[in-house]
Parts: sequence; structure tokens; C-alpha cells
Amino acid sequence: MIETHGLRRTFKTRGSTVEAVAGVDLEVREGEIFGFLGPNGAGKTTTLRMLSTLLPPTGGEARVAGADLRREAARVRERIGYVSQAGSSAPEVRGRDELVIQGRVYGMSKRDASARAAELLATLELNDCGDRPTKTYSGGQKRRLDIGIGLMHRPKLLFLDEPTTGLDPQSRARMWEEVRRLRSGGTTVFLTTHYLEEADALCDRLAIIDHGRIVAEGTPNELKRQVAGDVITLGVDGGRDRALELLRSQSFVREAGIEAEELRIYVDHGESAMPQVLRIMDAADIPLSTMALSRPSLDDVFLRQTGRSLRETAA
Amino acid sequence: MKLARDTWLIFQRQMSILLHNPAWVIIGLAQPVMYLLLFAPLLKSFANAPGFPPGGAYNVFVPGLLIQLGLFGATGVGFGLIAELRAGVVERFRVTPVSRLALLLGRAARDITTLIVQSLLLMLLAIPFGLSVTISGVVIMLGLVALIGLGMASIAYAVALALRSEDAYAPLVFSASLPLLLLSGVLLPIDAGPAWLKAVATFNPLFHAVKAARDLFNSHGGDPDVVRGLVIMAILALVGVLVGARSFSRAVA
Repeated sequence: MIETHGLRRTFKTRGSTVEAVAGVDLEVREGEIFGFLGPNGAGKTTTLRMLSTLLPPTGGEARVAGADLRREAARVRERIGYVSQAGSSAPEVRGRDELVIQGRVYGMSKRDASARAAELLATLELNDCGDRPTKTYSGGQKRRLDIGIGLMHRPKLLFLDEPTTGLDPQSRARMWEEVRRLRSGGTTVFLTTHYLEEADALCDRLAIIDHGRIVAEGTPNELKRQVAGDVITLGVDGGRDRALELLRSQSFVREAGIEAEELRIYVDHGESAMPQVLRIMDAADIPLSTMALSRPSLDDVFLRQTGRSLRETAA
Repeated sequence: MKLARDTWLIFQRQMSILLHNPAWVIIGLAQPVMYLLLFAPLLKSFANAPGFPPGGAYNVFVPGLLIQLGLFGATGVGFGLIAELRAGVVERFRVTPVSRLALLLGRAARDITTLIVQSLLLMLLAIPFGLSVTISGVVIMLGLVALIGLGMASIAYAVALALRSEDAYAPLVFSASLPLLLLSGVLLPIDAGPAWLKAVATFNPLFHAVKAARDLFNSHGGDPDVVRGLVIMAILALVGVLVGARSFSRAVA
């Protein structure tokens, strides 16, 4: 759905050149929710604006929704929807009218645009406020209308720039639900976020960007595994040393040690390692009092790749 | 045709927003009306002085007011566009396949419509004071005002898209429009002034517009000044549209 090679964008400001996006290679597959995670100023929005034809790249190639970004911008525009961070509706205009005009500029007839607008107001639960000017909307309603505007022409690919920034937890959960529903309807979603939880919970795959470069890419689980694998913590009542020795000799255990009276073993796949550990302990007749699996967070991934914590940079 | 359809769609949207808040149309009209009521009566006593053009105070002054209306009305539209930029509306439309020229022309068409309504009201208001006009004079006058509106509004949009903030736009527009206004001879005919002032004024497109407008209302329809004024305003409008359309199609960071 999206494929980029060496996509870059530099800005010139009074003599100095700032490289906002420094050569990005991306592949977004059809039907997935792809997340672009990074701190503010990392180049997320600049990349998004390039991919949605708003900003011409200064270098590199990209195909978006089956068309060449540089040579067929008009075709790209027909196939994508874009929901910016800044919002998209005029305060005086009724939500329904915003949807209709959007459909009309994509070439829909008045009748089709009205029907589609009614359909979207219903699915986005905006029926109650659809006929009010958008200045009366709550933050969540406004954001849902923005999404509706982006979806009017049934794009194959939808770009969402920080879709949940500034929303309360309830509206955020509502937005996640909406994005997942889009995926099940066959729409590919490309979103940017600086929330770890969002990238983790919502995205099928993601890329982490920092200082205009992609530092890691994969599914949230793959990325977390890259860091150190999973950690299994075992509480053993007796025979701890024997257990340690036994586990160290297993091929699936990368590393094992004792920390704070507990046995910690590092493995690649925690889920499959846990039953194996249980079997081995049972066979050796070593009783386990507790067993816990923990995973590194995406912040650990970011920390390892950049030397900084995303939580700190976002704050 | 896609351009015509897109322009019409944008025009409709902009008109409906304007009609939600028609206060701006009235506020835009307030200034020339005040000139008409509080300044024009003064001119009456000078109308027979040497150097004052023939035709009576109102037939000399009202054409200037109409040009002034065009200048101020059109430069004010930049503020509206900056608000639209902030709301993300401009960007939203730039992602769609809508014609970039239509983004400009649809807005300019609204601005011209506003100007024409304001001009008609102003002329209507001036008739009881002693303005005398012909139908053809009014029609050509409205054409002249429309050209000024198109040119000035397009340039105002280009400037607003480049500056993107009221704080930068307001001082620039106010400091640029005052000399344009003073050097156009709106208040008093420049012909009455010193030669150097006249020489400077000839570089001001609005000077020619005011001259054309005055001749128009003093029943010289085919006057070369009228033709020259219309041609200069048409060129201004064309340049404005080219610059404005370029600004709408170019990416802005």
C-alpha cells in the first residue's frame, strides 16, 4: 500500500539546512494498521505530509496506494484520506455539510454525498450533532467528524496524524475502536503517535522514528523481543541452585541468573518457554511457588535504539 | 468542466460561511459610508475651487470611495484565510483532488460578490446626496471594482498563505495599503498636487483605477482613461490570480 525508498525532506532556515526526514524506507501492507511512533519533532508529521502529497519530498521515491507519489500526485489524492492533527472543519459549518462538500469535491453527486454523509454520521455516532455547527462539538466529536471527512470518498488508505492527542481516555478508547473497525472494513490505516500504549495496543506493525530516521520496524512483539527477549521469573522454595543449573543447560534459555531471591531466565518466546520450564521443574521434582512472564515495553526498544526514553522526550 | 464545478463548490461553501456571519459585510461598508456622510459634505465647498475636477463633489468622490472599498475589502480577506489555515481547512482541501485554482477562484468569487453588493449599496446611498449615474456607468464601474477585488484578494491570499499569522499579516497589509490609498487620489485628485507626487502616483495601479472610475461617472464612457484603467486592473487581476493560484498549489510547511 505504501513503499518508500530513501524518502527525505530538508528545510532551509536562514543559512542552515535542517534534515527533518533523512532517508526513510517503509513498507506498509494492505489492510494493516501501521503505526509511526516517535517523539515530537522526530519527523512523523513531515513524513505523513509527504506521503499525502502536501509536501514535496526533496529526495527519494515512494509509491502510495498504487501510484507514484511524485509523478501521479493527483491519482494518490483520489485514493487516500488524510486526517490532520490541526482538525479540518470550519466552526460555522454544520458537520453534515462538511461531509457533503467533501464528497462533492471528490466528484460525488449531491444525492450520493448526502447518503454517504448520513451513513457516516450514523456509524461515527454523530447523529445527535450532525446538524449543529462544528464549533459546538466536543473534542471527541470533532475528531470523529475529521475521520468522517477523511472517509467520505471511501479511500483505500487513511492517514491519521496523532488521532488521539488531546482526547480524554474514554474518547481515546472510542477512537481505537473506530480505527480497528476501519481495518476490518478493509481500509489500510497509517497513523502517527507518540503514545507507547497506543502503538502497542492498536498497531499491527510499526516503525520507530527519531531524528528523521527509522530506528526500528516490526510488529510490537517483534520489536520488544529484539531488545532482550522475554523474562520469566520463578519463585523456587528449595533447590534453587540445582534449578538454575538445569535451566542454563536448556537451548531455549539465553541467559539465567538469580536476582532478588528469584530465578530470572531470559528467553526468546516466553509463551512457549513457560510450559517447557514447568515440565523440566516437574521432572526434576523442584517445586515452584510462583511464575511470571514479563516483556520489555516499547519504551525499552526506544531506549535501546536511541539512548533516551520516549516517556522523557514526550514529556 | 472540473475547474468550473470546483470553483462553484468552493464559492457555495464560502458564501454559506459568510452568510452565517454577515457582520463583516456591514463592517466593511461602514468605513466608506462614514466617508460619505462625514467627509464628502466638506468637499462640496471645494467643488468650485480651481483644480477640482468637474462633475460635482459626489460624482468626484464616490468613485474614489468605491475603489477604496475594493482595496480594503479585498485585503481584509487574508484574515479569514489565516483562520481557515489554523482550523486545518486549507490543508484538508489540498489533500483532495480539488483544483488548486478553484480554491483561489471560489474564494475570490465570494469576495467579488461581497464587493458588488457593497458598491451597489454605497451608490444607492449616495444618490440622495447628489450622485448622478447612468446604468452603463454603473455596470462598467462594477466591472472595474470586480477586477480590483479579484487582483487584490488574490494577492492578499498569497501573502496570507506565505505569512500564516495575523501578527505578521496585519502590519504588512496596513503599511502597504495606506500609501497605495494616498497615492491613488481617492480623497482628493492627485492632479491638484505637485508634479513629483503625480509622477510617483502613476506607478500605482489604483491611481489609474480611480481616474477611470471618475471619468466613468462624469459620462466619458469611451474615454481613453477608462480603457487604460480597465486594462491595468485586468493585468493586475491576471497577475494576482497567477500568484495566488501558485500559493494554493505549493506546499507550505
